[in-house]
Amino acid sequence: MNKARGNPLNIAAAHGILILYTIIALFPVFVILINSFKERRSIFREPLALPDRESFSTIGYETVFNQGDFFLYFQNSLIVTVATLFFVLLFGAMAAFALAEYKFKGNTLMGLYLALGIMIPIRIGTVAILEMMVATGLVNTLWTLILVYTAQGLPLAIFILSEFMKQVSDDLKNAGRIDGLSEYTIFFKLVLPLVRPAMATVAVFNMIPIWNDLWFPLILAPSEATKTLTLGSQVFIGQFVTDWNAVLSALSMAILPVMVLYVIFSRQLIRGITSGAVK
Amino acid sequence: MTALSLKNVNKSFGAVHVLKDINLEVEEGEFVVFIGPSGCGKSTLLRVISGLEDTSSGEVMIGGQAVNSVPPAKRGIAMVFQSYALYPHLSVRGNMALGLKQERQPKAEIEARVAEAARMLSLGDYLDRRPSELSGGQRQRVAIGRAVVRKPKLFLFDEPLSNLDAALRMNTRVEIARLHRTLEASMIYVTHDQTEAMTLADKIVVLRDGRVEQVGSPMELYNNPANQFVAGFLGSPSMNFLPADRVGGPPGLTIGIRPEHMRLATDGRIQATVTYVENLGSDTNVLADIGDGAQITVRLFGQHSVTPDAPIGIDFDDAEALYFNAEGQRVNATSGAALAM
Repeated sequence: MNKARGNPLNIAAAHGILILYTIIALFPVFVILINSFKERRSIFREPLALPDRESFSTIGYETVFNQGDFFLYFQNSLIVTVATLFFVLLFGAMAAFALAEYKFKGNTLMGLYLALGIMIPIRIGTVAILEMMVATGLVNTLWTLILVYTAQGLPLAIFILSEFMKQVSDDLKNAGRIDGLSEYTIFFKLVLPLVRPAMATVAVFNMIPIWNDLWFPLILAPSEATKTLTLGSQVFIGQFVTDWNAVLSALSMAILPVMVLYVIFSRQLIRGITSGAVK
Repeated sequence: MTALSLKNVNKSFGAVHVLKDINLEVEEGEFVVFIGPSGCGKSTLLRVISGLEDTSSGEVMIGGQAVNSVPPAKRGIAMVFQSYALYPHLSVRGNMALGLKQERQPKAEIEARVAEAARMLSLGDYLDRRPSELSGGQRQRVAIGRAVVRKPKLFLFDEPLSNLDAALRMNTRVEIARLHRTLEASMIYVTHDQTEAMTLADKIVVLRDGRVEQVGSPMELYNNPANQFVAGFLGSPSMNFLPADRVGGPPGLTIGIRPEHMRLATDGRIQATVTYVENLGSDTNVLADIGDGAQITVRLFGQHSVTPDAPIGIDFDDAEALYFNAEGQRVNATSGAALAM
């Protein structure tokens, strides 16, 4: 912050608030992590204590690795999330480009129609979706999840991206047209790199709910081969007995890939890489 | 051969009629400037010529061929934009070579043309830099280079100097003039800056509300404007207009005199009060109130000391005065008949 404008008290207050918020936000994650390394009794006796020599145990992780096909679940979650993000970004960006770039009859109406999904939760249509997936034989495949999540993610993606696409300089696109670039090349080579921060935002917004979702995997793809991580972890939660060690260990491991993906996308949020194109 | 000819070109966006029956010829090697106030359709006309916009009706011919349904890249044109519009992810070399690569020119040919353009625009040291690492003037030179390498039949410039500061604007203007001389190419240049228009053009096209008001060489337009709009638009400070009967002329007409054709004379035909004096060193502009809220400007060469609020007399030579009728058309002072332009 600028020395002339900043006042030490304000800076301290701002940092204090941010640090407090960070602690509150990270505390549950921290509790999950420490408890996943403790034996069952100490989880309940002293839930906030760090694991020490006495209470340290990896029994939770052992249970997770021995019971159920944890790696398969992991892989399923990853495939579904990454594939969905790919399709949401690809189709979302293409639709947004069309809405932002081309004048055609019903442009506004089409934009509204595509954005409607933001307001209507897709879960309302669960029964119809299930019937449709049964009819097409997609039930218990990963495709069923990818398709549903893509449909769920597109409205917000189109809404956000079309706003950003409108800001991309017309002169740049026209320069491409005069140089003989096709509309696809203009889209992929000129426009997409310039809206990368927006794409990353959309990716982060979509990624976390998909990774954590229990609803659609439970209804559309509950078979052993297609279970996602969240669904797979449910085996440890029973009506009467819950294996907390295993649940906490599974959750701890589930955090990792999302964090990796988040780091990848958030790097794209850095602006200024593309400055100098116009003006 | 004509480089470009437009025949009854019309363009409407929905109900808005932007270009109205434009007819124009650009000869081979000619430098033509489109000038007019904002919103007069000059940029739209350029976009119609480039193919970025379709015509609503009429014919566009480049190098003798009708190009109405030819895409921009195949029209044999190159365009330089106001905002440079460089490809941010490509180096200077890449920016200049992209159009040629799309045309599938052989590699050696691309290399040679890029090197030649870089030499011409003194960009040799920057070929491997990205646009973000260049200054505004360098960026605009790259944009011009990108047009030059394609060896187009027709160059289109869309206010290329508007984003540059005053000193750079002057340098780049000279550079464009030099480029025109060396390449002997046909160029169309859109601007709202009359200095650029007057200095660069072989032929100026003055546009207003989507119509061509007058076409001619800079001096022809300056000395012999066809109507009051052209007379008032070209020249800085702009031409003075006052009712002719105030100075003993025929009633109903408007008289136009350039500020530099007026002089201070104690017993002059116009009596006025000085409102403001601009001392520019090389010349002095005296703004004076002639009553009824009308203002005139007198441009005096050299330095003069004129006191604001003092009464002055102003006079002019009748030979330098132009007469306009109520519709703004230029007319003969004695007969009142419209002059054929």
